[in-house]
Amino acid sequence: MPLITIDDQQIEIAAGSTVMDAARAAGIYIPHFCYHKKLSIAASCRMCLIEVEKAPKPLPACATPVTDGMVVRSYSAKAVEAQKGVMEFLLINHPLDCPICDQGGECQLQDIAVGYGGVASRYAEAKRVVKEKDLGPLVATDMTRCIHCSRCVRFGQEIAGIMELGMPGRGEHTEVMPFLEHHVSSELSGNVIDLCPVGALTSKPFRFSARSWEMARRKGISPHDGLGSNLALQVKDNRVMRVTPVDNEAINECWLADRDRFSYQALNSAERLTRPMVKDGGRWVEVDWPKAMAFAAGALKVIRDTHGASAIGFIASPHQTVEELYLFQKLARALGCENIDSRIDRVDFSGRRDGVEWLGMAVTDLNKLDRVLLVASTVRKEQPLIAQRLRQAVKKGAQVNVVHCADDDLLCSVANKLIARPSDLVNILAQVAKAVGADIDGLSDVVVSDAARAMAASLKSGEKKAVLLGAVAQQHPAASELHVLAQAIAKATGATLGFLVDSANAVGAGVVGCRPRQGGLNAAAMFVAPKKAYVILGAEPELDAADSAVAHQALAGAELVIALSPFKTAGADYAQVMLPVAAYAETAGSYVNMEGRLQSWCAAIPPQGEARTAWKVLRVLGNQFGLAGFDQDSAEQVLAEALPEGEATVRARLNNEIADVTVAHLNAAAGIERLGDTAVYQLDAYSRRAPALQVTVDGQVGHAAMACGALIARLGLSEDKPVKVRQSDAEVVFKLMRDDRLPDNVVRLAGGLAAAVQLGPRFGPISLEKM
Amino acid sequence: MTLSAQSLLSADSLAQIDKEVAKYPADQKPSAVMAALRIAQVEKGWLAPATIESVAQYLGMPTIAVYEVATFYNMYQLEPCGRHKITVCTNLPCQLQGADTVADYLKQKLGIGFGETTPDGRFTLKEGECMGTCGSGPLCLHNNHTMHAHLSPETVDKLLDELK
Repeated sequence: MPLITIDDQQIEIAAGSTVMDAARAAGIYIPHFCYHKKLSIAASCRMCLIEVEKAPKPLPACATPVTDGMVVRSYSAKAVEAQKGVMEFLLINHPLDCPICDQGGECQLQDIAVGYGGVASRYAEAKRVVKEKDLGPLVATDMTRCIHCSRCVRFGQEIAGIMELGMPGRGEHTEVMPFLEHHVSSELSGNVIDLCPVGALTSKPFRFSARSWEMARRKGISPHDGLGSNLALQVKDNRVMRVTPVDNEAINECWLADRDRFSYQALNSAERLTRPMVKDGGRWVEVDWPKAMAFAAGALKVIRDTHGASAIGFIASPHQTVEELYLFQKLARALGCENIDSRIDRVDFSGRRDGVEWLGMAVTDLNKLDRVLLVASTVRKEQPLIAQRLRQAVKKGAQVNVVHCADDDLLCSVANKLIARPSDLVNILAQVAKAVGADIDGLSDVVVSDAARAMAASLKSGEKKAVLLGAVAQQHPAASELHVLAQAIAKATGATLGFLVDSANAVGAGVVGCRPRQGGLNAAAMFVAPKKAYVILGAEPELDAADSAVAHQALAGAELVIALSPFKTAGADYAQVMLPVAAYAETAGSYVNMEGRLQSWCAAIPPQGEARTAWKVLRVLGNQFGLAGFDQDSAEQVLAEALPEGEATVRARLNNEIADVTVAHLNAAAGIERLGDTAVYQLDAYSRRAPALQVTVDGQVGHAAMACGALIARLGLSEDKPVKVRQSDAEVVFKLMRDDRLPDNVVRLAGGLAAAVQLGPRFGPISLEKM
Repeated sequence: MTLSAQSLLSADSLAQIDKEVAKYPADQKPSAVMAALRIAQVEKGWLAPATIESVAQYLGMPTIAVYEVATFYNMYQLEPCGRHKITVCTNLPCQLQGADTVADYLKQKLGIGFGETTPDGRFTLKEGECMGTCGSGPLCLHNNHTMHAHLSPETVDKLLDELK
């Protein structure tokens, strides 16, 4: 390994590293703008010029490879003179508007100008002014401030996988912009805000609302997808003003998906429930906590005493914390009820599972895969940062194979793909299973296509492999058959079977026992055969359930619904009691992510109004019934009780195996069918209440019905026009959009939409009619 | 973003682009972007946004990346221009040989300045940079492809008469 000297410090570093890498390893700071550890080298800002012995001119540290015996000086007179010169050039066109710039106080240019800038400018000529660009509802621009570091452009090319920003023009006329007036639509677009070293790209929802030094940074975990991205919740006056990433190489690296970054808006939503409410004669009345608790417990007791504990259903959202879910199931079981579930969007519970479904490997292992089979996963929208990791794997030569109901652009090259209607999915996956020679019964009639054979060949080569089941596979009406086929394919190819878990704490919910045991009913069964009473924690089953219409009917017809939620709109039309509970940033808690990692955090802000942390509410409910074991004093105590060995307890319960499933649904249904995967910004109560996310391209598309051009033409419909969507006797009008990436006879209409509640199941027959 | 399956370019242009693409390894189609833009410009007269999108789609590139190239080089025409684009070199060696006189004469004769087009859509006048044959200055380039050397008011008159 080359040994180099930087500022009299000797550093040994791997050959091929740059001087910048060596300096960073040694803790020596070299000023820079365009250099970023996760992006390619541009060497365009020239701020990192350093003096190298025997080199005639200063060299950029970020682009100079180390050689053995190299002697570098980062703050010699020559280096500093070069850096000061660069600084003077950078400041020529930069406006002196720091007092009104959102980046002020956290601006690299401002910081470095203090060290290297002149006291006054020698430049008296006209400064460059650049026309504003509209990049959409998330990223605000002030392009006159841009110093052309090209970080945002490289981020699009290298990390987000879609080059939406570029640098047209030449020399002084160069401007960062999208093509024409296009908005930036990447689901990772918010990261350019962090990357921009100046105030050219800033957060639109946050703009002008606080200064960086006024906010405290408190750690949090993203409450959305199953990745568990690390957040810095930035708090001022007990309000989360914005969210930025906390570096964690094992999980989110230094990135955040837009959903993680902007969903904090929901915390300050006008829909927050701030006082307990009880329905009195059909009208909501605000009451105090003791009254509300007494009413809730009393009413629940009446139901239990008259109809038995099995007449109650306990439904929790998989976005609640480990502590809350543990006490929730403990309360249910202490009351003698086994109807407990958090898998609201599932419909197929058949087969024998021995543990909790998880990724099957560490998140970082995804980057090292050689072969991947993605089964029915809209991964870019479900787990944007997992898609990013797969993109990095593809760059290193991995082959991604896709079996799905829509030919969504993964923004990386896909080796083989089989796209079929939802009802044909089992058949397609069975073909792959047969082609790899999987040991599984019932495939004798399956005809293997050439494409399936090609996919099998890909999966049989390579070393590290994974078969990953996405959300559509898990929500599919034949989910267990897809699971067993994927398991067989994994076994035959030596791949790891994994689940791309779509909610923040689905793994945690399973581990702490938010699942029905002997004699209990699962979520779907609790709605199909309605219960007399429901206790709902954080969930909105009428939106998230596999069959929203059935769930809504069951809830509306129940004698008693107790809703514990941060939002008053969740359950307002069917609940009898609404208890305001703390949102994710307002409670101490823990999530278990898809790789089984336990991450805990403390409350960043106090709960809004009279809301209480949900674990305390559940504990007091337990006290109201006089139950034993509800005397915890802190979230830590609850966690210690829920997971006595911490992560080890989690690991012991993780298992993706399934048995006792027969593959039977091998024939596709006739007619048009619905693909009701969850829209990216309808995943949970928080994301659907973040206004900025709802007005993005993804947010808008999520509210439309989509079909391919051929189907639209055959039905005599017109794209971008309203259309009547009919499903299970209900009829709702949606905007019809064209998406030629969908197979024929498929209408993609997201689940989780308030407008689509009456339509019912996420999959199944659907029809479109002209208005 | 619109996904038009049909390219705006003619079959002949696409065949020419294919020929350029074939000069590079199969996975490096974007290498032919400059040639493709040139061919598109010859066919359409200028590079409209839709033309740039067509080229991007054909080469499998992000549209903005093609736009970057199109804006970088000044021989790509990003606005509509006259049938005859005359680019006069005004760099020092040409200037010393009388380029200013030639340019002024052109401006006066056509009644337009640099970067403008005659109302009849016949001529566009542009200011150009060094064309690499300083020995034969003053120079102009007609429609990017034909060079006219040793210009004087007389030769300019002759040239303009020939260009209908």
